Amino acid sequence: MSDRKILLGNEAIAHGLLESGCTMATSYPGTPASEVLSTLVQLKNACGLSIHLEWSINEKVAYEVALANSYMGRRSAVVMKQVGLNVATDPLMSSAYTGVRGGFVVVSADDPGPHSSQTEQDSRFTAMMAKIPVLDPASPREIRELVRVAFELSEQHEIPVMLRPTTRVCHARQDMEVFPFADRKLFPLFEKNPARWAATPKFRLVLHRQLNEKLSRIEQDSTLAPRLVNDAPLRAGNPSRSRGEKTCVVSSGVALSHIKELMIELGLWDRVPLFQVMMPFPLSRSFIESTLSNYDRILVIEETYPVIELQLRLQAKVFGRLTGTVPSAGELLPEGIEDILRGFFLLPESDRSAPPDIPGRRPTLCAGCPHRAAFFAIKKAFPKGIYPGDIGCYTLGLNLGAVDTVLCMGASISHAAGFYHAFKASREDFPPICATIGDSTFFHSGVTALMNAVVQGARFVLVILDNGTTAMTGHQPTPARGRNLDGETVPSLSIEEIVKACGVRSVVEADPYDTERLLQTLREAGDHARSEDGGISVVISRRPCLMDRNRAGSWPKFEIRVNEKCRGCDFCIKQFECPALQAQGEKEPVRIDRNLCSGCGVCVSVCPHGALEAALSG
Amino acid sequence: MQQIIVSGIGGQGVLFVTRLLAETALDRGYSVFISETHGMAQRGGNVISHLKVSRCEAHGGCPPESTFHSPLIRPGRADILLALHPDAYRVHGYYLKPDGIAYVNSPSENGPFILDAGKIAEELGTPVASNLVLLGFAIGFDEFFCSRSDVEKVLAKFAGSRLELSLKAFRAGCAGSGTRKHVPLSP
Repeated sequence: MSDRKILLGNEAIAHGLLESGCTMATSYPGTPASEVLSTLVQLKNACGLSIHLEWSINEKVAYEVALANSYMGRRSAVVMKQVGLNVATDPLMSSAYTGVRGGFVVVSADDPGPHSSQTEQDSRFTAMMAKIPVLDPASPREIRELVRVAFELSEQHEIPVMLRPTTRVCHARQDMEVFPFADRKLFPLFEKNPARWAATPKFRLVLHRQLNEKLSRIEQDSTLAPRLVNDAPLRAGNPSRSRGEKTCVVSSGVALSHIKELMIELGLWDRVPLFQVMMPFPLSRSFIESTLSNYDRILVIEETYPVIELQLRLQAKVFGRLTGTVPSAGELLPEGIEDILRGFFLLPESDRSAPPDIPGRRPTLCAGCPHRAAFFAIKKAFPKGIYPGDIGCYTLGLNLGAVDTVLCMGASISHAAGFYHAFKASREDFPPICATIGDSTFFHSGVTALMNAVVQGARFVLVILDNGTTAMTGHQPTPARGRNLDGETVPSLSIEEIVKACGVRSVVEADPYDTERLLQTLREAGDHARSEDGGISVVISRRPCLMDRNRAGSWPKFEIRVNEKCRGCDFCIKQFECPALQAQGEKEPVRIDRNLCSGCGVCVSVCPHGALEAALSG
Repeated sequence: MQQIIVSGIGGQGVLFVTRLLAETALDRGYSVFISETHGMAQRGGNVISHLKVSRCEAHGGCPPESTFHSPLIRPGRADILLALHPDAYRVHGYYLKPDGIAYVNSPSENGPFILDAGKIAEELGTPVASNLVLLGFAIGFDEFFCSRSDVEKVLAKFAGSRLELSLKAFRAGCAGSGTRKHVPLSP
């Protein structure tokens, strides 16, 4: 059984890319897509492959780097989550027109739920807007197969092809056979063609017409058309064929996987035809026509927006999100689909018990997390402040009341500037404004926002929470690491130097574990923001992530003791929220969970009563 | 065919226990379908894995009703719930079918399938291995698709440098169930 492995959906994508001879893959980490590139890195090292891999600075850059490789006839992939696709939409739209040479696959992972994202947006709509085909896999096994299909389709029509998995495909595991990889040493050949690769508006019109022709050919490709999953309902002699109203179910993605299991169990498998749409856009016209003429009622179940449904243009027959048959927000869990099927096919209601109405545990920053220490100091330094926040682990500063806004990557800095200008324009004194952003997010989208804020004369404090890694998504390296994925030494970017080059005159580094010093630094930064010749003040709160296995996490570890002064006021629990500090009930002293405590000792300066003591341990 | 929910708090090793069971299934020639929690919830929030084990191989020729197609288990359908934390049973207990069994790690409650796995792991000097203690405890009741020795064999492949401690924790859990098997179970 050595050739059979249990692969995560994202690992299956990586295997599919290498089996197809991909020569370049670029990405920016984001749940649920992060494991694709890290798996490629492992496989590259284990098998000695020559593929170029990089964690790019953001998705737009990743897209453009991989696209150039495709221009030279080499298979390429760019991998991101759905909101990352928003960042890469500019090159996506344009490259649909220029087209590609080597197969070019855009993996954009959607997150219905949402489990780990700002939106439930449907990347398939972005593919539709860009006029490129999109494939919608239903399982980890299928996605590996669809990577191959995507490369072939892309090369055949010289068009970028999107592969759109969702969280339940990316983070599902299945056993499957694994195959050896083809290491394609394909000479990069760039054929100059300015009318295509550097097209001016006049040529862009020509390219647009070509794109329409490509799409039309792809729409007519019968191998990509929706297919019948269960042939029993349409078999000659099946009594349900001639009975009354004709209904069918049309589905794609993981919803189809849930439906298969449910239709078998509900006795619908042999009665109702189920169609799988592998390519939701462009949807086969002959499928649209035959479905609309053969069926009276068509139930469409897809995630997350009505992409297939809107293309079935005869709305009186089509039931889905637009008719309210399928809820228009939230993940389609199998129990929800069961209710939809029971309702649509007039089956008795399910007798399943409802989940208990109890709040689950909210995620928190880890015990000893340097971000927590920084947030505590920020609240103390600017008690009446406005706190624009950003995307990363440190979004959890929400729990501490130290994050007021979270929009998208880099918005903390632009929001801080916007808040300031609103007060200034209305000639009001401005409250303290203290924005927080992580190091990786700063590199991704913060630098341009900072340059803008500086040249518009904004005044606020910006705390860059530098833990040396992209922690939330699994500790991918940042541009400060000074080493590429092949282990070669490359220039390392310095946050201080970038901040200064952006025109910021006040830049100070501080250790978040040193609460008093950080507090002092923050207060001085606040003063600078208000002083006559002041402006933006940047504080770099620097301490490696405790969970980062790539770094030796060494700090003097303290043994924390709760002394008799603790009256159980729970100030530390409410204001500091360290998981290692546990409330024991009203007026009972807090308890330290030794298994969780990292020994950072920051809580000692949090307690206003001096009830927490630290002794250097071992 | 068996449907198993593994539930706990981020950092407790839900993914590791699920993977261990899945690899054991593969080793025994079963097919598996799993759904995992990644991302923000892993930071101390409730974490749940769905594990579906079926006898049917993926090589085709398998009738659609004898294998799993969906990565998720529906509420009221799980045969087994492995609750690595007392909270996990409260939050995810509704996944169990009426005659399903929950094996719960809890220091304060009593019951035939409840064990203070955290304390046992701590006594062994490896508090992080409470997940393996509970797994051993659960496997000891012989309700799983695999036996104690099946799991130990796969553990030997995946535990790396922690093998000795992991085996110790797993066996301590098994011993816990051994003493309870003769207790008549009340419904």
